[in-house]
Amino acid sequence: MASRFDIRRQTGFTTIAMICFFALYLPIVTLVVYAFNAGSSIAIWEGVSLRWFYQAWNNDQVVDASIRSLQIASVAATIATIVATMAALATTRTKPYPGLGFKYAFINQPLMVPEIVTAVALLIFFSRIKIWTGYSGLGYLMAAHTAFCIPFAYLPIRARLENMDLSLEIAAADLYATPWKAFRRVTFPLLWPGILAGLMLAFVISLDDVVITEFVKSGGQDTLPTYMLGQFRRVITPEINAISTVFLLISILIVTVFFFISRKKDQE
Amino acid sequence: MPSHAPCADNRVGTGSALKSGHKNGVIVPEQPGKSAIEVRGVRKVFGTGESQVAALDTVSVSIRENEFFTLLGPSGCGKTTLLRLIAGFDFPSAGEILLYGQDIAPLPPFKRPVNTVFQNYALFPHMTVAENIGFGLEMLGKPKAEVKARVAEMLKLVKMEALSNRRTSQISGGQQQRVALARALAPQPKVLLLDEPLSALDFKLRKEMQIELKRLQHETGITFIFVTHDQEEALTMSDRIAVMSSGKILQVGTPWDIYDKPAERFVADFIGETNFLTAAISGMGNGKARATLKSGATIDATVAEGFQPKDNATVVVRPEHAKLTNGKGDLSGTVENIVYFGTDTHIHVRLDSSEAFTVRQQNTRSAGCGFERGDKVGISIGNDAAQVLRD
Repeated sequence: MASRFDIRRQTGFTTIAMICFFALYLPIVTLVVYAFNAGSSIAIWEGVSLRWFYQAWNNDQVVDASIRSLQIASVAATIATIVATMAALATTRTKPYPGLGFKYAFINQPLMVPEIVTAVALLIFFSRIKIWTGYSGLGYLMAAHTAFCIPFAYLPIRARLENMDLSLEIAAADLYATPWKAFRRVTFPLLWPGILAGLMLAFVISLDDVVITEFVKSGGQDTLPTYMLGQFRRVITPEINAISTVFLLISILIVTVFFFISRKKDQE
Repeated sequence: MPSHAPCADNRVGTGSALKSGHKNGVIVPEQPGKSAIEVRGVRKVFGTGESQVAALDTVSVSIRENEFFTLLGPSGCGKTTLLRLIAGFDFPSAGEILLYGQDIAPLPPFKRPVNTVFQNYALFPHMTVAENIGFGLEMLGKPKAEVKARVAEMLKLVKMEALSNRRTSQISGGQQQRVALARALAPQPKVLLLDEPLSALDFKLRKEMQIELKRLQHETGITFIFVTHDQEEALTMSDRIAVMSSGKILQVGTPWDIYDKPAERFVADFIGETNFLTAAISGMGNGKARATLKSGATIDATVAEGFQPKDNATVVVRPEHAKLTNGKGDLSGTVENIVYFGTDTHIHVRLDSSEAFTVRQQNTRSAGCGFERGDKVGISIGNDAAQVLRD
């Protein structure tokens, strides 16, 4: 079929694709390569070494920040996914009514309001609560992360629910399943890949957040990204590259694991 | 009905044959059996205020035990709405739905001993064929051994034993149809509802499944309520048919009643091909009357129930119940068109009264239909061939 129009065979198309590819990945490749630099510059190559990985591993601040990041992300992603699942069920399993569109917007608020605005708002709001309660633990960061993770968890779950054949739930009811049993045996198993996608997405988004965390955190509550940002203000060593590389690997791992789980589900 | 008794045995025998002890070759007259479902004055209104639409307009019908009952009508006539009300997926705005005397209209679907075969089958994609079939029994809390035995029985009934561990996405449309049937039959419902279940199948498979459905109904003895817009399907499968239009049931009867004695123009027109003639009615009595046609000829006719005497009544004659002659008949006209159909030939005649009339004539191999376009012909209408409509 040589005569047929095929966009992949148009001149220049490959070049454009290559440029896009390099623009996306070249910086990341550079970052990863210099993580293995033996020297202490992030620009001058002095040979291969794992020195910066060792240093990062033995840096208590890095370890602390990593653990804190994982704690916050785990709690925030879990709560956000539960809330998002309930919200998605409530917004897709009812007849459309006036105000439903407003509810979608309401749930997706963190996607629309500029992050810096939310950050400032939370800073002021939480400082009030801090004065009233005297509590200044990780709870604030967890609450803030939960809030902005909800729409990210909500989107894949809602998409999955909307694509689900409604007659399946009706069929379950027809076959003597009470609403709860129908949910447990039919809706939930079919929704599971969506929930998992929401959870992964929320986890990665929380792990990655800088702006809101920077504003909300109290002293000594650095997460990995805010710690790295702090380092940039001082001296920059390939330690940052090493941390970023590990960070990247974890993200890729999560996405890959999810990809295989969801593919297996879809094949069933 | 009595005039067609010889054909009745293959119809009446289904389902009820199991219990009434069908005697070989002996025609059992149709007994007005117990009502399985009784719909009383049911209305269903959608929307509010000005945009209100009555999907069902005060419908009453009684469906007998072990009957293959069909709701027939064009899309939007309310047949699926009525089915959904019986299943419990919707609730009536007014009226009662009795299942063996008990009003089930307010009950949720999972409390009704009624199961549905869905138009798109609605099989659970995350379960195997066997798990799908066992789902209803499991939900009823039956012991595992009983569920297993019943599932095996059902798999055998629909000839799906070999595929019991397949996912429902790994089997063909016809097989999915069988699984949907088995799943709905497994909990032994009092009534099985079928919502156009054959519409997704191709022609040949549909014919096969029609026979299969009749067999299943016969073997299980369960009351089937079947929804379709396909008049041929309704005629071949049903014990009785309810013809619906615009939220109303126009006529309920056996396929012969519906075909030969349509009560209204819509029924006559929707099912098969028909000739409509205008006539003056006289000598009414005992469900019969004399109809004087525009040609001046007077023929015997049966009269639809609820007919009110009026000047210009409508008389219907099926094309195969009239005969074309070279001489004088009850009607006269000119041949306009001749259409060959293989088994028969349709001859379109323009009557002298300017009405159109079609005659269907059986074909033979040796001779043509014997008429040509432009021929002046007579049409004789057989005894007991005409029916006076009530509208």
